[in-house]
Amino acid sequence: MSLGSTVRALPTLLRVGFAEGVAYRAELVVWILSTTMPFIMLALWSAVARDGPVGRFGQTELTAYFLATFVVRQFTGSWISWQINFEIRHGTLSARLLRPVHPAIAYAAESLSIVPIRALAALPVIVLALALGVAGSFPRDPLAWLQWLVAISGAWTLGFLSSFAIGCLAFRIESSLKVMDVWLVLFWVCSGYLVPIELFPQTARTLLDWLPFRYQIGLPVELLTSAHDLAQGWLLIARQWAWVLAFAVLSAALWRAGTRRYAAYGG
Amino acid sequence: MIQVRELRKHYRVHRRAPGLLAALRSLVRRRYDSVLAVDGISFDIPAGERVGFLGPNGAGKTTTLKMLAGLLHPTSGEASVLGHVPRRREPEFLRSIMLVMGQKQQLLWDLPPAETFELNRAVYDVPRARFARVMAELTELLEIGDLVTKPTRQLSLGERMKCELAAALVHEPRVLFLDEPTIGLDVSMQVTMRDFIRRYNERSGATVLLTSHNMDDVAALCPRVIVIDRGKLSYDGGLEALVRRVRPERRVVLHLERPVDTHTLARLGQVVTNEPAQAVLQVDERRLRDTVGRALGELPVTDLTIEQAPLEEVMSELFARSRAEREEPAAP
Repeated sequence: MSLGSTVRALPTLLRVGFAEGVAYRAELVVWILSTTMPFIMLALWSAVARDGPVGRFGQTELTAYFLATFVVRQFTGSWISWQINFEIRHGTLSARLLRPVHPAIAYAAESLSIVPIRALAALPVIVLALALGVAGSFPRDPLAWLQWLVAISGAWTLGFLSSFAIGCLAFRIESSLKVMDVWLVLFWVCSGYLVPIELFPQTARTLLDWLPFRYQIGLPVELLTSAHDLAQGWLLIARQWAWVLAFAVLSAALWRAGTRRYAAYGG
Repeated sequence: MIQVRELRKHYRVHRRAPGLLAALRSLVRRRYDSVLAVDGISFDIPAGERVGFLGPNGAGKTTTLKMLAGLLHPTSGEASVLGHVPRRREPEFLRSIMLVMGQKQQLLWDLPPAETFELNRAVYDVPRARFARVMAELTELLEIGDLVTKPTRQLSLGERMKCELAAALVHEPRVLFLDEPTIGLDVSMQVTMRDFIRRYNERSGATVLLTSHNMDDVAALCPRVIVIDRGKLSYDGGLEALVRRVRPERRVVLHLERPVDTHTLARLGQVVTNEPAQAVLQVDERRLRDTVGRALGELPVTDLTIEQAPLEEVMSELFARSRAEREEPAAP
């Protein structure tokens, strides 16, 4: 499909993806509840910091950090690997392969179409953050907000591509769900989702700097809470997009090799 | 239009015996077999033809259709559909074909079929005016007007299949691959589907390649059939000619005023059935005229019809012969 045709198809792909996302109201509420881990971590870390700040994190900084974590997670989470895994195993991927829009575009549109619903969940948290007086932690420089937009886009793309790549492993190993489970455990520990990266020992921080997880949550949260100056921020964004590029190449290679092996079982 | 040359497809299949021990053993060492699903078949189908692709279960029919639709990469050989190599899945190719699988669906499960139609309009880049015209036609022909706004999951199998076919035709494909399009449907719905497929072919000139275990589908739709068994092509030609080749005998159906004993009937031909009011004889085609004359003269016949052997029997015999031919060289 030409680029023009794909662009023309995008609004419909997004609209239909949104309609599918809101088809089950109860499931939607349960899903939002399942992303509340940052609030639990906020309560835990606030108890730890009651008698004094942990590193640079006092009560206000912790509140800003974990509320920002919740918001960033709403915008960047991707669960596409489960869907790809299912569709490969059950042969329902065939319907996508028959359409002249690359399945990666269709999956991306489906993931993006849910963002407005997630934004609804994020909105009260943003209001809460302002009410709790943590607005002082947010950047004041418009360039820093631009940086954040680049970082949150990179975080979404990285999350989507890593999930896509793991889903594509099902072409080879028949089920990649356990790989995703292991990836998620690493993600929770190494991304700054449960523990701010700054609180890790220096050696671990150096390692985490070179892993992809931090760039999915930690970096956008740190930029939103003014943890870096502009120069340092651009450096980290460059690393983030290097990971995006690496996962784009990996995803393309896995997809190409996988579709050659695809057996289209079940139909 | 469709050209297939020496097309082959091997599958690598993991085999494991039942039981806990076999399950544990398979953790350490896995046994894989190579299954030859399609074994060097060749054929050509010109534009606009309706062809039945027949064979017993596991013959390689669906695998062939999937290779022609670009879903599977052949192990070797060549296929060309509308001048495209299917496995490349070029956008222009995908815009010109569709594969409908009776056991799989492309309809969005949680949304009404109208949403899938609209999605297909967008991804196939169908202009809105053409989409409106095509949908109006499909809605009328398939009688789906009141179905398209109900969630797909709440439709019956027959209703879903009609909507599935409509979704597949939104972009008016020039080549339509149909894999068991009437599976699970009641008799009246089967007739509706067959009529629709024939009308679509006649109106649009689209090429139709159809697999079905339902011989009524084949008889109603396919002047030409390609038969494969264990991946090998065993017949390619007219349906009539196939029936004549496999079963040159005709069936003479006699409607009787009163019962006739089997011994008397056997003098005229092989007795297939003998019931009080009706008997069926199987007669060599060359003796048909003589048999009919004798039946009318000697028996209390009120009506008489001449039929060919049922297609199911013809196919069953053809598959049995293919199996026997394959096993023959292995015999001591």
